[in-house]
Amino acid sequence: MSEIERKEPLLEVRNLVQHFPVSRSFTVKAVNGVSFEIHPGETYGLVGESGSGKTTIGRSIIRLYHPTGGQLVFRGKDITGKMDGSTREMLRKDMQMIFQDPMASLNPRKKVEDIIGEGLKIHGIGASKKERQTLIGDMLKKVGLSPEHAARYPHQFSGGQRQRVGIARALIMNPKLIIADECISALDVSIQAQVVNLMKDIQEETHCAYLFIAHDLSMVKYISDRIGVLHLGYMVESGTKKEIFSNPVHPYTRSLLSAIPHPNPEVEKRRKAQTYDYASSGLDYAAGTEHLVGGTHTVLGTDENIREWIGESRL
Amino acid sequence: MSEKKPGLNQSAGKTILEIRDLDISFKTNAGTIHAIRGVNLDLCKGETVAIVGESGSGKSVTMKAVMGLLDSNASVNSGEILYTYPDASGREVTVDLLKMPKKQLRQQINGQRIAMVFQDPMTSLDPTMTIGKQIMEGMFLHENMEKKAARARALELLNLVGITDAEKRFRNYPHQLSGGMRQRVVIAIALSANPDILICDEPTTALDVTIQARILELIMEIQKKMGLSVVYITHDLGVVAKVADYVDVMYAGKIVEVGNVNEIFYEPKHPYTWGLLSAMPDLETEDDRLYSIPGSPPNLLHEPKGDAFAARNQFALAIDEKAEPPLFQVSPTHWAATWLLHPDAPKVEMPPELQARLERARKEAEKVL
Repeated sequence: MSEIERKEPLLEVRNLVQHFPVSRSFTVKAVNGVSFEIHPGETYGLVGESGSGKTTIGRSIIRLYHPTGGQLVFRGKDITGKMDGSTREMLRKDMQMIFQDPMASLNPRKKVEDIIGEGLKIHGIGASKKERQTLIGDMLKKVGLSPEHAARYPHQFSGGQRQRVGIARALIMNPKLIIADECISALDVSIQAQVVNLMKDIQEETHCAYLFIAHDLSMVKYISDRIGVLHLGYMVESGTKKEIFSNPVHPYTRSLLSAIPHPNPEVEKRRKAQTYDYASSGLDYAAGTEHLVGGTHTVLGTDENIREWIGESRL
Repeated sequence: MSEKKPGLNQSAGKTILEIRDLDISFKTNAGTIHAIRGVNLDLCKGETVAIVGESGSGKSVTMKAVMGLLDSNASVNSGEILYTYPDASGREVTVDLLKMPKKQLRQQINGQRIAMVFQDPMTSLDPTMTIGKQIMEGMFLHENMEKKAARARALELLNLVGITDAEKRFRNYPHQLSGGMRQRVVIAIALSANPDILICDEPTTALDVTIQARILELIMEIQKKMGLSVVYITHDLGVVAKVADYVDVMYAGKIVEVGNVNEIFYEPKHPYTWGLLSAMPDLETEDDRLYSIPGSPPNLLHEPKGDAFAARNQFALAIDEKAEPPLFQVSPTHWAATWLLHPDAPKVEMPPELQARLERARKEAEKVL
């Protein structure tokens, strides 16, 4: 962990703002100034409820959106505004995405080999069709499918297998960063474990970094090195998974942690989840600043808030 | 407890729903899919039963059969679903829901006595009707209520499910509400005719964890208040631990393990239940790899030979390939269909990681007791 921290960050997100103007008088403020870093080979987990802006952040980083404000630096290059050709090519090669619903993100009219091979073709990797086919076959083996699957269509696979195809498509470019947007939420519990194990194995082998976006905290804790908690477009708390899970400071994080169901009936039946309601909490996220409360653990709030919360969590 | 029908809920309560030897198949272009292969299940008054399993294990189909909502290509090959209820004169009547004419089922049972909450509130609500109208619809249909009375009752229900500002919400359309609010409205509709049984088909899968906890607590509270019996269909074991009294674990159209919630979570016996429990990361898990059940569920187009789980079971015995295991009794309330429980079977222990985790869970449980 400490070795990772000493290295240059792979991705720096500084004060990212993403607004969507809906009409002249109404703008959806999805992300309001979020900053974090991802280091090579680590997994950063983004959690938050729906509408918290976690998916928007992922899509802004891979530049599916045009950020309203802030700066994105990937491998030392600014990728925020208009990029020159070589930067764009670098971004498209070195950053890949795995989507939530594999049925919706794989073209039903294309064979698996064409889906996985599309990036290779565009970037001119592999001299001949034959060479590309070998690359695709190897990749299929790596994600636990067999090379014979290359000639099949997405509908001929089960949900877990389809998500493996999505992973193969992301991996074939040898990316440095993979954005996994709720990539296991649509799968069954037992299949989730298979896919998460696969992602961990691949990380060990290729040292790629993940931005793991999910709302299932137990899975995020399992896979991530560091975690950021989002609420209403603000990063309310961030730190290593140990810092977040053993010492949550922000009331939203605490309510989120208290809501995780435990597979332990006697404990679960006696536990009541803490409720948290932004409107009645009297907090103003926009007025808060980031406070370092130890290690790499930061919390958003005003000075007063922080004093109050830290006092509380020490009790 | 009769020898003939093992694996049933042995609680002292009065049984109001009995499913016996249910067997359902679907005709498709590819052939006949034998989706339900002999399911027995009991639901007692005021209790909660959870049916757990992967997608395709048949948990939803079983409950759709209860509601008479099976697709037109389904055929019920055998079995009965007995429902006991007090009729207008207060006399107890028992009917077989499978033999009841569709029309009578719609008029007398569905919605009125047995109500269902579906997974996605956006698709189960009508986007063109105000929520007030949707809640009152059932009251007009089933109870011939006056408009004024229905309105009062609808507002009361909205308050019951924790919607503040009920007067205002009454005139809202579904798209004006958040996901959690919508699911509350669906629950209000389900409760509008005072049902005996509430069937919840993955009621919180589409919701966030924080809202999930609140909805589950709400259903539990209402259950206590109204004496409802609830059936949960889910694959989330955390939800099961929170709400269930009894658990039925389904695999490939059969119930492979049944017991009360403590037996299933603290002393599971079936390798499939072991797999399900291990695959879920709990917050204390620090191992490098999550245990995962290898492979995927069998295709029921082809009748599985022997134990349907054998191909994915690392503890499979030779006999699993040949014969299907019957339900073996573990305790008066706990049954599991695995040959590992046969007296002649070799001694097989569950994986050590799971053992450690269950040990931890039992210690935690002792602390709160």
